[in-house]
This record gives sequence, C-alpha cells and structure tokens, in this order.
Amino acid sequence: MYNVHNSAGIDTMTIIEATGLTKTYRSKSGPVHALAGLDLSVPRGSVKALLGPNGAGKTTVVKMLTTLIRPDSGTAFVDGIDVVADPKAVRRIIGVSGQYAAVDENLTGFENLEMVGRLYHLGGPAARRRAQELIDLFELTAAGNRPVKGFSGGMRRRIDLAGALVINPKVLFLDEPTTGLDPRSRIALWNVIKRLVADGTTVLLTTQYLEEADQLADDIVVVDDGRVIAEGTSDQLKAQIGGHRLEVALVDAGAGASEAARGILARFGDGEPIVTSDGRGLEVAVTDGPLALQHVLAALGDAGIELHDAGMRRPTLDDVFLKLTGHKADKAQGAADDDTLDKKEAVKTR
Amino acid sequence: MSAISTTLPSWNPFSLWYSDGWTVTKRNLIKIKRSPDMLVFAVIQPVMFVLLFSQVYGGAIQVQGTDYTQFLMAGIFAQTVVFGSTFSGSAMALDLKEGIIDRFRSLPMSSSAVLIGRTNSDLVLNTISMVIMMATGLAVGWRVNSSPAEFLAGVGLLLLFSYAFSWVMALLGMSVKSPEVINNASFLILFPLTFVSNAFVPSDTLPTPLRIFAEWNPVSSLVQAARQLFGNEGTAPVPDIWTMQHPIQTVLIGITVMLVVFVPLCIRKFASISSR
Repeated sequence: MYNVHNSAGIDTMTIIEATGLTKTYRSKSGPVHALAGLDLSVPRGSVKALLGPNGAGKTTVVKMLTTLIRPDSGTAFVDGIDVVADPKAVRRIIGVSGQYAAVDENLTGFENLEMVGRLYHLGGPAARRRAQELIDLFELTAAGNRPVKGFSGGMRRRIDLAGALVINPKVLFLDEPTTGLDPRSRIALWNVIKRLVADGTTVLLTTQYLEEADQLADDIVVVDDGRVIAEGTSDQLKAQIGGHRLEVALVDAGAGASEAARGILARFGDGEPIVTSDGRGLEVAVTDGPLALQHVLAALGDAGIELHDAGMRRPTLDDVFLKLTGHKADKAQGAADDDTLDKKEAVKTR
Repeated sequence: MSAISTTLPSWNPFSLWYSDGWTVTKRNLIKIKRSPDMLVFAVIQPVMFVLLFSQVYGGAIQVQGTDYTQFLMAGIFAQTVVFGSTFSGSAMALDLKEGIIDRFRSLPMSSSAVLIGRTNSDLVLNTISMVIMMATGLAVGWRVNSSPAEFLAGVGLLLLFSYAFSWVMALLGMSVKSPEVINNASFLILFPLTFVSNAFVPSDTLPTPLRIFAEWNPVSSLVQAARQLFGNEGTAPVPDIWTMQHPIQTVLIGITVMLVVFVPLCIRKFASISSR
C-alpha cells in the first residue's frame, strides 16, 4: 500500500483521522468520561463499525466527527479538514443519519428531503429532483407525500437515511441505524446499506449489535468506557478467542450431571467451560472441533449423561466482547448512562 | 445513484442566510398548518379571551372616560403577543429533543437560519392571532380612534415586541431539558406578569405593592403604548413615571435591548447544542 500526503500532512488514504479524543460530561453523580482518549482511523472507501454497549462513547465520537460537539482535547480530521476549525467545510461533504430518525414528523417524506437538499444549497429544482429520486430509491414512492407521522419505524429510518444521502457524501455516518427496529426491517435496512457500500461510500457506523457489525463492516473497532479496546476484522477478532465453540444441552442437570459434564468439557476443551445458570447448558472453546466433539460425546455417553442437543458453532462477536471486557455487550447500565436512558424515553413518548 | 453537483454559482453569504432562513420558516409554517392544536392556540384562544373579558367583566369594571371593551383590547393584544412568543421557546426545546436540531447542525447551512426561521414563523402566527383578535374586537364594539398611521404603528409595535421576545424565549428553549419546562415556566412567570399590569384593569385600582409593580411592569408600558396609538386611553390619569409617560419610547428601548442582547446569545448557544 502506498501513502499520499497532502500539504496538511494528512494521509489521504485515510479519510477519518482522530487522535486522543476526550470528552467529559458533568452529571449529578460526578463527572462522566464519555471519551477517554480515543483514536480512530478510517481508510477511504471502507466501512468501519464502532461496536460497544450503551454509554461506551460511540455516539459521542460520531457527534464530534459530524461537528455537533467539540472535543475537550484531541484532534479530528475528516477528509483532511479539521472538524473544530472548519465545521462548515466538513458539513458540506458528510451525510449523517442518527440514532433517533431526525426527520420532521409533520412534513411529508418528500418535504423533509427537499428541505435537506435546499439546506445543502442544491437550489429548489435540484433539491426537488433529488428528493424524488431518493423516495423512489428507498421504495417510499407510495408514502412519499404523506406526513412522516404515519410512517412505520422502518420507513422513518429509511427517510432519515435518505436525508443523509441527499448529496453523495464523502463520508456517511450511521449512528445505530437499526436500533429499535424489528428484525425484518433491520435486514431490509442492512440491504440498503450494503448497496451503498457497494458503491464505494466510506461509512462509519456505530452499533451495539454484534451481528450488525459482522454483516456490514470491513473493520470493527470495539469501544468500551470511552476507549478502543480492540480493533480488527470480524475474523481477526473471533480468532482471538480460539477456533470453534462446542455446546451441549443436558436433559437433566441434577445428581451431579452438570458437574460431571463440566469436567468432561474442561478435559477436551481450551480453558474454562461456561455453564448457564440452570446448569443445563455448557460451552467451551475447542481447537480441533470435530475431534473434540467426538470425544466429548463418547465421554458423556460413558458417564450416562443424556443430551438434548450438542453441536459446534463459530464464535460470535458476543464471545469476543465477553472475553475482552469481562462483561456482555448488553450489560446492565449504571449511572453513567443517564443520558442514554433519557433518550430512550424520549423515543417512547414520541 | 446519480451524481449531484454541490457547487452552485452565485451563492453569496447574504443570499445563503436569506434562503436558509426562508427554508426553515417554510418548514415551521407547514408544521403549524398541519398541527391543529397550534392553530387552536393561535386562533380560538384569542377569540375566547376577547369574548370572555369583554362580555363577562365588561359590565363590572369601570374605566374613566371610555368603556371597558375599548380599554381591554390593547391589554388582550399585549397578553397574546407575550404568550405567543413562548411558543418559540417550547418549539426550540421540542426540536432539540426530537433530534431535528442535530440534523440541521450537521448541514452546511447558515448558523442563524434555524433561529431566524423559528422567530419568523412565530411572528406569522402572532400576526394571525392579532388579525383574528382585531376582527373579534370590532365585532363586540371596539373602535380605533386614531389615524391609520398611528393604528399601523400600534400594530407594528406589538408585533415587533413579540418578535424580540421570541428571541428571549428561544434562548430559554435551548437551555432547558424539556419543552414542558417552558410551558410551566411561562405559566408561572407570564401569568402574573401580564395580569399584574394595566392590561385588564386600571392599575390605580390595585393595592399599593401590586400597583407599584404594575406601574413599572414592562407589559404595562406595552399596553399603554398600544392604547395611545389606537386612541383607547380614556381620561384616567397616567402614573407619573417616565416609562408610563413615554410608553412608546420605553417599548422601543425594550425591543432594542432584547434584540441586541439575545440575538447574539441565541446564535452562540445554537452553535453548541445537541440532543445529547
């Protein structure tokens, strides 16, 4: 790979370059470090996912890069432009689709997009033409002239996403694009995003869904407590926790069966097996999957332990998260996430 | 997807500012048109106030040198424009909460356009209220006893005041956590402010502490100015205080101060707000 530097010394193969971003909010329970020195670098034309639980700082990063909030310290450049020094120049080249579908409820889909086009200064005729193109592209033709109030959650997200694409942005920011959507709408939106990505748009997306990062991103940055704790492709991250996962489900966990099965899994697996709270589900990482499965099944049979189910699976990013942070991605939230909780309420009461 | 050109000729800063402000104004006006509760607020409420006050209190309250309806109308106008302006605050707070402000702030638009659009559309709403109130007032016997120029000056003064006060409320709207705060605050602060004034009763009928408050109350000056310009003063003596003796100058000074102080404050505040 070759690197080209422009006069500002910015690596032009990298379209987003952020270094040492910090942000501290005051809250009733003391200062909250939303970002504690976060570095981020996104290659041009790639899709990068910021993955982390609620309150990890993902939205704060996006808000800094999209010029909505200023970092307390650190620097950030989008396409070589300093987001703090020249926010307007950044805004001319980015598209943003937020967590909570920032569209106007009383305006129709078309009116929303036309307004955004005018505010990008396309001029009236071009703004209207573009709005209609996007309405058609996002399959909202039938609903385009109805107020957004009556739209389903999935349609709202599509209009919001369309708003981010009124210009062909150099960088598209998607902040939790499918949070709160039902599985079918989520997959539909993923397909839309995949089409965009195929066109070569650089995308920075945040998500708390491991599957979403896996589906959409080339590269995943795992964020927790305002810091990057791991980075790599989905496969690289999965490789960190070994090969396959071997899972068994017992018919009955009583009479020492769970402990016995645990012993057997520990013998053939790598590391400590994980046991569910009822003692019936067990899993362990294994290196030679098929062979380990044979051994485990034979040993369980010899011990007279009956099985509901047994099998192997590829590790998910959930496993990665558990391994990296010691807690699940959907951990219970503490005081630091007051704001996130507030916003959830705001969505519900809408 | 087809390519879109983002470089357009002939956009100078002024035409950008004007066009962005107009785009947001249009958006707000569409919203008003489509939400019936706002129209009720702007249309039905003023009609109700005029009818209730003139018909219910009209017989009981004596005003020197004129009848109550003549006296009342300027008070109702002032009260309505003051309350109408609070809408700028609650609407800003609501936009912030719903995330549309984040959308606006991520666009390369003029930094004052959202505020201009907000205060402009609220001026339109206040103007509609004013026209409806005047028609209702004329129907129940209110008459303008001044020259057309004075009448227009009175209308202009009331609307200019409402416009300037919208900026004050917009700053409040951007500073509070939820739109409800604005509604509650306006109830707690603006009700006393508009009622403890000369809007509905001559201030010399009030107990001394309230009378002193009413005489210095800026709303009283606004009401007094409107009464003068509409020729509805009656013959009651005007309190011997500069602000009441020179109500038009007082209101103009108030409008200037509000605009000079709050327009820059609003623009500064807007540059840092986000629905966190």
